[in-house]
Amino acid sequence: MDIQEYFSLVFSDYTLRTITLGTAILGAVTGMLGSFAVLRKQSLLGDAISHAALPGIAIAFLITGSKDTNTLLIGALISGLIGTFWIRGIVTKTHLKSDTALGLILSLFFGFGMLLLTFIQKQPNANQAGLDKYLFGQAATLVEKDVWLMAIITGLCLFVLLFFWKEFKLFLFDADYAKTLGFNTNFIDILITSFIVLAIVLGLQTVGVVLMSAMLLAPAAAARQWTNSLSKMVFLAAIFGAFSGVFGTAISASQNNLSTGPVIVIVASVFVVISFIFSPSRGLLFRQIRFIANRRDLEQQKTLAFMYHIAETHDNISHPHTIKILNNFQGYTRKTLQKLVDKGYVTLDGTMWSLTEKGFETAANLYNQQALKDE
Amino acid sequence: MSEIKIQEKTPVSERKMAVQVDDLTVAYNYKPVLWDIDLEIPEGVLMAIVGPNGAGKSTLIKAILGILKPIAGSVTIYGKPYDEQRKLVAYVPQKGSVDWDFPTTALDVVMMGTYGSLGWIKRPGLKEKKSSLEALEKVGMLAFKNRQISQLSGGQQQRIFLARALVQDASIYFMDEPFQGVDATTEIAIINILKELRKAGKTVIVVHHDLQTVPEYFDWVTFLNVKKIATGPVKDIFNDDNLTKTYGINYKVSIQE
Repeated sequence: MDIQEYFSLVFSDYTLRTITLGTAILGAVTGMLGSFAVLRKQSLLGDAISHAALPGIAIAFLITGSKDTNTLLIGALISGLIGTFWIRGIVTKTHLKSDTALGLILSLFFGFGMLLLTFIQKQPNANQAGLDKYLFGQAATLVEKDVWLMAIITGLCLFVLLFFWKEFKLFLFDADYAKTLGFNTNFIDILITSFIVLAIVLGLQTVGVVLMSAMLLAPAAAARQWTNSLSKMVFLAAIFGAFSGVFGTAISASQNNLSTGPVIVIVASVFVVISFIFSPSRGLLFRQIRFIANRRDLEQQKTLAFMYHIAETHDNISHPHTIKILNNFQGYTRKTLQKLVDKGYVTLDGTMWSLTEKGFETAANLYNQQALKDE
Repeated sequence: MSEIKIQEKTPVSERKMAVQVDDLTVAYNYKPVLWDIDLEIPEGVLMAIVGPNGAGKSTLIKAILGILKPIAGSVTIYGKPYDEQRKLVAYVPQKGSVDWDFPTTALDVVMMGTYGSLGWIKRPGLKEKKSSLEALEKVGMLAFKNRQISQLSGGQQQRIFLARALVQDASIYFMDEPFQGVDATTEIAIINILKELRKAGKTVIVVHHDLQTVPEYFDWVTFLNVKKIATGPVKDIFNDDNLTKTYGINYKVSIQE
């Protein structure tokens, strides 16, 4: 199946439609919430939460013996929340920095989860295989009710976001100040964090424990490059996330069923790379271009100003001088001289240059402007 | 807040106490950062809190505002606990305490000053926007209202923070080093606004570092170094003796009046 075929099938084929919708919704909700994680400088939080969810899945299976997704995800949710609140506890109660706490909880919970998974695999129970799909996710196992669950949670999340928008924004920018205004910052913090945990747990089936944090961070990091408004950033992150889901699914379905989760993450990373390079205001490319253009302008202006100083000493401003004289001036190159000639500021005659009337005036103006700026 | 507007001519001794701090002790870990602070700040003063690094100046403000939980002690604002008097108080945090790369504009930040009186969920409307624009004008930043905050200079960012507090239309202003890293022009602009606030009967409490400017800017001063060393009118207590007690070294102020 090629990509074209995929897009013609996506509306009619049940499996394709379910998976595509699921990954799109998942991308949207993680993108939205990821913006908050990124702005709070808690980029690692998503990673810690998703890894902390693993033992919950294993324990839920051990207790219920069921492989029903919702049962396992409730286990994941509980252990994800426990991990998150332990991280908060470690940060507030000890001298440890949050990255240490995150790393600690991440490896502790993940290690314990892996231990439980191997323990389950050794059980004589024939039902045990398949839990390891939560490590890297398996989008193909999505069914309609999973998508419904995702849609409901996303709707709820959107509602809370709109409802508490002002409070979220204030809290993200200046939590201490929010406190002095009488807002319960603990409540806002727990609300945001709980939704992040919820979104991550929702994605475990599709993307898996290991790669889930990329779903949270990549769309948000990409979106930040394009806008200076929080609402636009959240909106863009949701769009980028959703498109990563759709394109990822399309590519994985059309290319010999490549594993969907990793492909989605790679597509999301492509969004990041493109944004980092091509964003007009923050992108590397335009910043470099502006930098070079600016430098070139300044070089020309400085050269012109230097010539102006020499020309000033003569009655005739177009009195010719040797090019050699310019070597005393750092920053002069043949290229800048040629540019000045092209602009009609300078005329060249063999190894001699002379300033034109136009060049003299421009230089004089330049000088006045600079003097004004200094004031 | 006009009911508590006072005449500047009222003698300080007859004025109400804007802030009263009793036995306040704060510790982050084992060592106390503030030890047994008793402090009364009369209404309508422009007060500097001075002391060396690590003396607990910012901590004192944060504890008064309830950002930090003290180990012991109590704080009242006009005789009542802070929780009941929030709307009388505005706070200007240290400029470095937030991420200025946050995706928002200058006007948006100033608008945050209205969130307290709006309360939960209610969105700022035209009235809030109008008062925010007025505050921006007062600090001379109206032309920058739509500027992304990361593109503002340090001094401009400080003015934005000041405008955000002005919007709160409070009676008591707490400011944590508002002159830090600003140029002379901004410093003068800020101090003029603070003096205007005092003229309007407001109480302004400022964590301050530049001892040279204390007599020129302030009429009240508190010396702090974990313990309270002294508090009172600048003309009475701003002297070498108190400076030496606070800073530990033999301090000589070379200020020409």
